[in-house]
Amino acid sequence: MGSTSAHTNEGLGRRDLVKRSAALGLVTVPAMGFLSACATGGGGGDDKKSAAPTGEVTEKNPLGVKEGAALEAFIFKGGLGDQYAKDAEADYKATYKADVKHTGTQEIGPKLTPRFAGGTPPDVIDNSGANHLDMNRLSSQGQLQDLAALLDAASLDDPAKKIRDVIHPSTLEKGKHGDTFDVLYYAFTIYGTWYSQKLLDDKGWAYPKSFDEMLKLCAEIKKDGIAPWTYPGKYPYYVHFNLFAQIAKIGGMPAWIEIDNLEPNAWTKSDAVRQVVEFYEELAAKKYFLEGSQGLTHIQSQTAWTKNRAAFIPNGSWLENEAAPTTPKDFGMAVGALFDGSGDKMPNGSLRGEPSEPYIVAAKGKNPRGGMELLRIMLSKKHAQNFATKVKSLTCVMDATTGMSLSPGLASASEKFKAAGNNLITIQLQEWYPALTDDKIGGLTGQLLTGDLKAADWIKKTQAEADKVAKDSAVTKFKRTA
Amino acid sequence: MQHGKYRFIVGFLALPLILYGMFLISPFIQAFQISMTDWSGLSGTANFVGLDNFERLWESDDFWNALRNNVYMLVVVPVVTLGLGLFFAFMLNVGGKRRKNEVVTGVSGSKVYKFVFFFPQVISVTIVAVIWFNIYNPDPNDGMLNALLGAVGLDSLQNAWLGEKSVALWCISAVMVWGHVGFYVVLFSAAMASIPRDIYEAALLDGANRFHTFFRITLPLLWDSVQTGWVYMGIIALDAFALVQIMSVGPGGPDGATDVMPLRLYQTAFRDSQFGYASAMGIAMLVVTMTFALLTMRFARRERIEF
Repeated sequence: MGSTSAHTNEGLGRRDLVKRSAALGLVTVPAMGFLSACATGGGGGDDKKSAAPTGEVTEKNPLGVKEGAALEAFIFKGGLGDQYAKDAEADYKATYKADVKHTGTQEIGPKLTPRFAGGTPPDVIDNSGANHLDMNRLSSQGQLQDLAALLDAASLDDPAKKIRDVIHPSTLEKGKHGDTFDVLYYAFTIYGTWYSQKLLDDKGWAYPKSFDEMLKLCAEIKKDGIAPWTYPGKYPYYVHFNLFAQIAKIGGMPAWIEIDNLEPNAWTKSDAVRQVVEFYEELAAKKYFLEGSQGLTHIQSQTAWTKNRAAFIPNGSWLENEAAPTTPKDFGMAVGALFDGSGDKMPNGSLRGEPSEPYIVAAKGKNPRGGMELLRIMLSKKHAQNFATKVKSLTCVMDATTGMSLSPGLASASEKFKAAGNNLITIQLQEWYPALTDDKIGGLTGQLLTGDLKAADWIKKTQAEADKVAKDSAVTKFKRTA
Repeated sequence: MQHGKYRFIVGFLALPLILYGMFLISPFIQAFQISMTDWSGLSGTANFVGLDNFERLWESDDFWNALRNNVYMLVVVPVVTLGLGLFFAFMLNVGGKRRKNEVVTGVSGSKVYKFVFFFPQVISVTIVAVIWFNIYNPDPNDGMLNALLGAVGLDSLQNAWLGEKSVALWCISAVMVWGHVGFYVVLFSAAMASIPRDIYEAALLDGANRFHTFFRITLPLLWDSVQTGWVYMGIIALDAFALVQIMSVGPGGPDGATDVMPLRLYQTAFRDSQFGYASAMGIAMLVVTMTFALLTMRFARRERIEF
């Protein structure tokens, strides 16, 4: 934008001027034009698979990594930063005397799409963030390395144990496309309603157990001059972290799985959906949201919350790390489990806990073995603890943080995680159909929370959007059974 | 010396023309090719699907909604931007008080104004968008606009701005105007500087006031620049990607109120991995933009005045 080629009239006939401005028009035709115009060539070289560098398989090197073979890592640099990955790379470097090329970025998708299409992807990718790569497509096109070899490799801490024995079962489940395990979700995110323990203690409030208690408490909080809730209106799907999980808690997982599978009437027939959406409608009608939340970014809403301008915020456990710069020392960050409605299928204390940070290894990369080895290094206790210290988040490595002193938010999250036991809720809808959840339902949720949309209409319209996606042949569909 | 003139010119222009052809014309042509396939963008395989993508586009409410928002901007933004640009340029060059020995002058301090107006042009559009996003922040303490309104007692005008369906698009349009006015002030100033002073002198002797001077002399003599500016500004209004991408709440605003065509295209390509469909959108945008440019050229034609 902002071309500065001034057109003066001197010595320019009008026809020339017209021609020039037309040319100028051509050049500045919305700059997006070129995005749709990368050549499609180069990919599809399945047959000319260069032999990946292989080293000798030993006890110390179960994956047969070749010494000195270079490795390239592309790490999402968002709320968790990328230092933890650099630390693991440093160990790889020292062990295999190889160069590791590291790129930390927020634009994984736009940067790597052309490289996958061109057949030259990097070896290891942390495919996270708003602009991530479409893993379903990558998987169905044979671009993802099958990680079975990694699961069967010995753990760094204990040669008697395989990797598959030390990571959380839900990680094994979630990383599958069909029967192939090709995505390693390295972190573990706990979703819920976040609050300041100090604020609640100071005011003598208790974290509510049910919707009714919550509404009662909101009235009290509002009287006190604090807004009960805030949310990032710029990204309304943050509200879904709780809203979807709450539906699953009240209606039970089988009913939610129908929603994930885009079954007809899955939304409209469910009483749990009605209860939850009406709860949010009531919050909006009683003005329990911080004024102006509908225009805030996630950072802005989190800051309003750390300043105690609002008591509760729907979020995930990366929050502690992301909000660290504005969090007061004695804030006492804590997360609460889901609320009871009526006729719940799951007990109080149920929690949404999801494997997160999807790491993939490119099947057509230069050094897939090295890629898997880097993940094996990251799955050691040393690096899982490093991750917990550096970014205040849990990993999929079970019991890695036992005996460590944890930051308040992480301590609260792991305590709730332990307490939830098997009552863990996983949601696939956003993973599978982001256009549906983030744009369509997100837009509806935004209106629901400003009071522009009634609960009944939200449910009707959400069902209609889900049906649209179910009918759209251009969207790859997925099914889950558990 | 006409002998071999063309060979000479072509010889000199060959390299740039080859580059232009390779990096601009050929992707354009490829976009047509890609739009007829179901290419995902992630691998080298693509199937020919004929005009399916265009059929989907025709039936897509989202795209029509985005196009509608672009057209709203196209109708409003250039008029306001060029209008303000003309007004400021006139005030800076011709609108001042009469002084000794000068037929026409600008208002006092016009040099400073010129610099200030041009300033947004110098900052990258990304930074402009981030700055304004924070100005529009609805929080009455953190958001500059709402804080200002509160400070002068206009609390009733406080608003969620970008989060408010009815005004979000106009908030973004206002930033677009703010960011481009300076360029047109400079452009029109340069054009006004080339208008002979004696024309103004004659008009003043005939008793013309500022208003008449502007509409009877300045504007007709600037028409070529205005027309060019119009096409250029119109294309910017049909794009608006960077501003919308950064400033919209949710992708595409509350209830799609600030969605624009390039944002649809971007989401379709990079989030939904449907490059074929996205290319079809790109072509639809090309058609819209070209139609606009041609219509403007056709209907804004006027008799050229030589001076």
